Amino acid sequence: MDMSYTPEQIAFRDEVRAWIAKALPEHLRCKAENGGHFELEEILEWHKILAAKGWAAPHWPQEVGGTGWDVAQRHIFGEELVRANAPTLSPFGLTMVGPLIIQFGTDEQKKRFLPKILSGDEIWCQGYSEPNAGSDLASLQLRADKEGDDYILNGQKTWTTYAQHADWIFVLARTSPTAKPQEGISFLLADIRNTPGIEVKPFLTTGGTPAFSETWFDNARIPQANRVGPENKGWTMAKALLGHERTSIGGVADSARWLGVIRRIARDARMGGKPLMEDAAFRRRLAKIEIRYRTVGMANMRTLAAAQLGHAPGPESSILKIVGTELQQEATELAMDALGHNALGWFDSPTDAMPEYQLWLASNFNYLRAATIYGGSNEIQKNIISKMILGLPQA
Amino acid sequence: MNFELTEEQTMMADAVKKFVVNASPVTRFRALRGTEVGWDRKAWATMGEQGWLAVAFPEAHGGYGGGFIDNALILEQLGHSLVPEPYIPSVVLAGGLISRLGNTAQIETFLAPMLEGRTSLALAYAEKQSRYDLADCETTATKSGGSYVLRGTKVWVLNGHAADAIVVVARTSGASRDRGGLSLFLVDGDAPGLRRLRVHGMDGQSTALLEFAGVEVGADRLLGNEGSALEALEWAIDRGAAAACAEAQGQLSELFTRTIDYIKQRRQFGRPIGAFQVLQHRAADMFAEVELCKGMMILAALQVENADADTRKAAISSAKVQLQTGGWLVQESAVQLFGGIAITDEQDIGLFFKRVRVLQGLFGDADYHVDRYQSLPSFEGEAA
Ligand SMILES: Cc1cc2nc3c(=O)[nH]c(=O)nc-3n(C[C@H](O)[C@H](O)[C@H](O)COP(=O)(O)OP(=O)(O)OC[C@H]3O[C@@H](n4cnc5c(N)ncnc54)[C@H](O)[C@@H]3O)c2cc1C
Repeated sequence: MDMSYTPEQIAFRDEVRAWIAKALPEHLRCKAENGGHFELEEILEWHKILAAKGWAAPHWPQEVGGTGWDVAQRHIFGEELVRANAPTLSPFGLTMVGPLIIQFGTDEQKKRFLPKILSGDEIWCQGYSEPNAGSDLASLQLRADKEGDDYILNGQKTWTTYAQHADWIFVLARTSPTAKPQEGISFLLADIRNTPGIEVKPFLTTGGTPAFSETWFDNARIPQANRVGPENKGWTMAKALLGHERTSIGGVADSARWLGVIRRIARDARMGGKPLMEDAAFRRRLAKIEIRYRTVGMANMRTLAAAQLGHAPGPESSILKIVGTELQQEATELAMDALGHNALGWFDSPTDAMPEYQLWLASNFNYLRAATIYGGSNEIQKNIISKMILGLPQA
Repeated sequence: MNFELTEEQTMMADAVKKFVVNASPVTRFRALRGTEVGWDRKAWATMGEQGWLAVAFPEAHGGYGGGFIDNALILEQLGHSLVPEPYIPSVVLAGGLISRLGNTAQIETFLAPMLEGRTSLALAYAEKQSRYDLADCETTATKSGGSYVLRGTKVWVLNGHAADAIVVVARTSGASRDRGGLSLFLVDGDAPGLRRLRVHGMDGQSTALLEFAGVEVGADRLLGNEGSALEALEWAIDRGAAAACAEAQGQLSELFTRTIDYIKQRRQFGRPIGAFQVLQHRAADMFAEVELCKGMMILAALQVENADADTRKAAISSAKVQLQTGGWLVQESAVQLFGGIAITDEQDIGLFFKRVRVLQGLFGDADYHVDRYQSLPSFEGEAA
């Protein structure tokens, strides 16, 4: 056993680190460091820099624009991005629909969609959830009725993050109303801007950002050629994708960034006339959360090391979404507590009232409550573990 | 980055597992509980013959040149059935110190026979008032002519009641709690002036209270340099902590799998209780914490050998905290999910629960290690 990187991996890390340091625009770095909310144009600015370098989709196969890096190199790259305070790219194209098209799409679909996902020229959003289909996603009701070479879509999606900015949406729709819930679902791609009958209504999150949308479909006509994979097999494909989403949602590297933010606050903030960082009770709280971070990080490393050897994800990988998101939330809770009453402001206040890192904290604290809800809520994760891994009986 | 076992390690762990299953089920521990020695010299000799005691020591000392991870893998297996032989005090604590500090004669006299399973050792460091502060040592060693005279009392000396020789921490200079002035001495178990009081642990294992009423040892029994033992002692106790994580992993794994099996078959309200979601989620939490403990057990075993003491301490403290926080969730959930039967002495669950709690309380508890973690220089800087 060996926990260290090889000399080659260290050389790779240094190369990546040096490149990011040069390539990442200062205004983006600064904003990320302060936990600021990125506008889509800002994310795209970084996306295009990465794309030009060929590093936008390291996890894609090389023949469609991936880097050919192994698991460890991808992990190192991801860590370096967070460490350098780079903005996180939108996952809907690069990590969600992209891999699905790569795996299940036709050659035409690959040619049509992949290059523009890679370049950032087309923005995607995810249309899974509906008002009455959240955790119980298989009960979704969006209808896709066949007519000629088309599907006619009727119904509503919700929580569609960034639908208002998107060019395309991937949806799960019911193509066979008679079959068992999981069996009548297909995976469809819709041009969200140019399809008559699709309407997007953005609304605010508690983070104060317009991240959410309702997406309405009223006799929206899309070609059957935009179905990925066989008809009525969308559920199985989507589930494969959710598995992918879960490991990346744990966000261990993001927690590391939060620990940095907390230290910065604690050196600045005062307690009894001294820096909070000198307060014994606070130090113990910070130590505890950092120890938890190391503990979750170790599980993450074991998962990676196994993947590096080509092993199927071990049991420890299924817990990462749960413990990783809880850790992120705990970190923002501690950051809030560390700032005391100075944490209670909102980001639209004047910057001379509060330094920028204080400005955004409350927004992040509020928004990150979502981490234990989306991507399969943590309760759903526990249901999955108890049934699929522990083999406990159904109620 | 690689967490795979080598072929030799897999073979060794399998051999220990076979021994545990065939020769040392929990019933053997039950039979030995409360007996004079509390463990079996024949079993100890077998472990010596198999090379399990010597595996991690340098070849020059009669070992096989392995790493601490080998100790950890063995301890994890032993933990599965509460094997009571004194692996931690003898191999990990005293053995480690003798190998690190001993001269040729000391290694030949004290370490070599132990590695073969012919003798056993102990480390006497804790005192009634010391809690987990290793420098809080009131036992003294006074130089008189060519020898030292030891006075004082040590508590919770694992295997202190049965050890052939005991490594004793005593103050040769300085005031109690000074970091300097501590020395180590090799004292025979039957030395005149040494009174050994067998103390029963809540886990059914024996420890000892040792009274040194003017025990005289020659200068050849000084282990390492006079007055500068603290660093080595900290290292040894960190090894103990890593060993506690490893042994407890075996017990946590038993607590977890036995609980899952139990809630699948125990029926109430016309169904297996494992069908109740509130218990399923608790089971999922147990699963998560067992996995997290496993990762930290590995981290501890690897980093206990790190030459940088602060890196070592940060890792060991992290692992020990997880053992007591995550581990606690596992052990208390196991008892809760078994219900009343878990409180009976015949059920093994209680035995595992108690042993884990003892291991949590040895070598620094969670509060101690959180405190030590925040006192390391690296804590001031960027996130680890
Ligand atoms: C910030 C954010 C962004 C999102 N972005 C998108 C997006 O882009 N596209 C998209 O399609 N969706 C998106 N979602 C939706 C997300 O996937 C759903 O919120 C999630 O699946 C949970 O569904 P729900 O909100 O309807 O909650 P519900 O399913 O109603 O759950 C409510 C509560 O009940 C619990 N619960 C439900 N069922 C069970 C059960 N069987 N056992 C135990 N507990 C249960 C849940 O854990 C939760 O605590 C987003 C959500 C958030 C918060």
